[in-house]
Amino acid sequence: MSDRLPGFSTLAVHAGAQPDPTTGARATPIYQTTSFVFNDADHAASLFGLQAFGNIYTRIGNPTNAVLEERVAALEGGTAALAVASGHAAQVVVLQQLLQPGDEFIAARKLYGGSINQFTHAFKSFGWNVVWADPDDIASFERAVTPRTKAIFIESIANPAGSITDIEAISTVARKAGVPLIVDNTLASPYLIRPIDHGADIVVHSLTKFLGGHGNSLGGIIVDAGTFDWSTGGKYPMLSEPRPEYHGIRLQETFGNFAFAIACRVLGLRDLGPALSPFNAFMILTGIETLPLRMQKHCDNAKAVAEFLAGHPAVASVNYAGLPSDKYHQLARKYAPKGAGAVFTFSLKGGYDAGVNLVSKLQLFSHLANVGDTRSLVIHPASTTHSQLDDAAKIKSGAGPDVVRLSVGIEDKEDLIADLEQALGA
Amino acid sequence: MNHDAYPDNYIRGILNSVKSIAMVGASPVNVRPSYFAFKYLAQRGYDMIPVNPGHVGKDLLGKPFVASLSDIGRPIDMVDIFRNSSHILPVVEEVLTLDPLPKVIWMQLGARDDAAAAKAESVGIKVVMNRCPKIEYGRLSSEISWMGVNSRTLSSKRAPAPTQGMRLSLNRMSVGGGDTAASDRAAKNKSEQS
Ligand SMILES: Cc1ncc(COP(=O)(O)O)c(C=O)c1O
Repeated sequence: MSDRLPGFSTLAVHAGAQPDPTTGARATPIYQTTSFVFNDADHAASLFGLQAFGNIYTRIGNPTNAVLEERVAALEGGTAALAVASGHAAQVVVLQQLLQPGDEFIAARKLYGGSINQFTHAFKSFGWNVVWADPDDIASFERAVTPRTKAIFIESIANPAGSITDIEAISTVARKAGVPLIVDNTLASPYLIRPIDHGADIVVHSLTKFLGGHGNSLGGIIVDAGTFDWSTGGKYPMLSEPRPEYHGIRLQETFGNFAFAIACRVLGLRDLGPALSPFNAFMILTGIETLPLRMQKHCDNAKAVAEFLAGHPAVASVNYAGLPSDKYHQLARKYAPKGAGAVFTFSLKGGYDAGVNLVSKLQLFSHLANVGDTRSLVIHPASTTHSQLDDAAKIKSGAGPDVVRLSVGIEDKEDLIADLEQALGA
Repeated sequence: MNHDAYPDNYIRGILNSVKSIAMVGASPVNVRPSYFAFKYLAQRGYDMIPVNPGHVGKDLLGKPFVASLSDIGRPIDMVDIFRNSSHILPVVEEVLTLDPLPKVIWMQLGARDDAAAAKAESVGIKVVMNRCPKIEYGRLSSEISWMGVNSRTLSSKRAPAPTQGMRLSLNRMSVGGGDTAASDRAAKNKSEQS
């Protein structure tokens, strides 16, 4: 038994999964059941009291989901993970462990639009106050820190424009402030960036995107890096104080460096309820087995498409960190040397009408509101997701009338370029 | 031994070889971590002895409490110390008076005393600090995977279906020793600060 570190692709196939003990099934079975029998009353009591490892009820844990959790924890280099129903659910569960009403968290201004909505409106009604900072100006994070700050939230590669965030610089701010850094790693996936290696304390994903990878299943996950000391100063009572829900257990003391993942499960998922269907977990696990192959192809295709667009006369500009001329190219070389992801924006000289025209003429690219599918996807934010905003607000959020967002799939790049060429041409 | 990151083989060797474990600071309160660990290790077949002078005359899951290690009256393989770092040294000194000496001194999650560890190691006792034997057993057997924990082991073998009271195989392929690199670094920084 040597302690040998297997590579990423080996972990993507094997981590968390072993042949089923009862049947020998080699693929991970779908344990499509709500509940699990107890051996006897003492076993039941041990499970409910968190004294034994095992299954109770699928809202708290499920064997199929557990394989997915260990798989993603291994790929991210974390101590443990918790799978939930969606990326958004992951964000709620994480912040519920960290914030009390009246507390604040700092979030990068460049985020998925849905997260901006969630933070601005839904979380405000819980009394969790977001304070925005600019990921291109690290000092703006420092200025935003107050005694009520409980966390910092950023995206590794930011949706929609594919910009790269300086995770290490922001993790230094978080450490100084004594708060955990949460990184949404959805657009990079651990194949391109492992935020924990750069100082993240918690990683969240929408599994709906590249990890599942096939556009067929919603899911989300929380990865505990095992790096944050929750015991100091009573700042994180969900972790450091005796929990009345569990007869006075202190989670950090009992579970050590995976206490945060346990808190998310037994205080978050158990009580808020956004459980992932075991069927979705199975679909996402199957997707993850090919993550390294798919992600490389996504990136290689995206680079080819970005280069084509940058040379096209109808295109005003391309924002893709994989291009040497891009503002974020140096950060991309540092954080994502294998590729700068597959989601990026470009703008058209013909403005709003040209955007609408392009989307309507594309034959292979699908016009829809998602990213990270095997299929290539396109959206014109100004006429869809951002259509409620006035022009000034559209431009500020990176969704000006001339902006088009692509999520480049794993088809043959020649076909993708040909599709864009015909749609841009006439 | 590098106490910042234990190779899995070190932990595996200990958990595979010891049979009797005296738990110093064992608590009868069923939400205390020592109770969790005591119950789990007893269920997995270890011969558990609770040591706590405050509870002599009572028993823990059917095992009578003893006041001190010297009251056990028979050889023991491992002493598992559930005390804060500042209370470790006297316990280790007491261990060093036992005859025969135990093979292993284990200090619980959060507990670490490098000077005490060096004393024990100088007489050939293996030392583990700032780890929980329940968590390590669950991790190396992958039983802990039910809770989404990264066991950092892989196996393509079909394991027997676990039942209560069964010893589990700890001989899976390890994915890098000790904890994850990031959590090891964090623990090291913390112990250097304190
Ligand atoms: C970066 C990012 N984070 C989070 C989410 C939300 O994920 P979900 O739709 O699975 O709730 C998305 C979805 O588009 C996203 O792109």
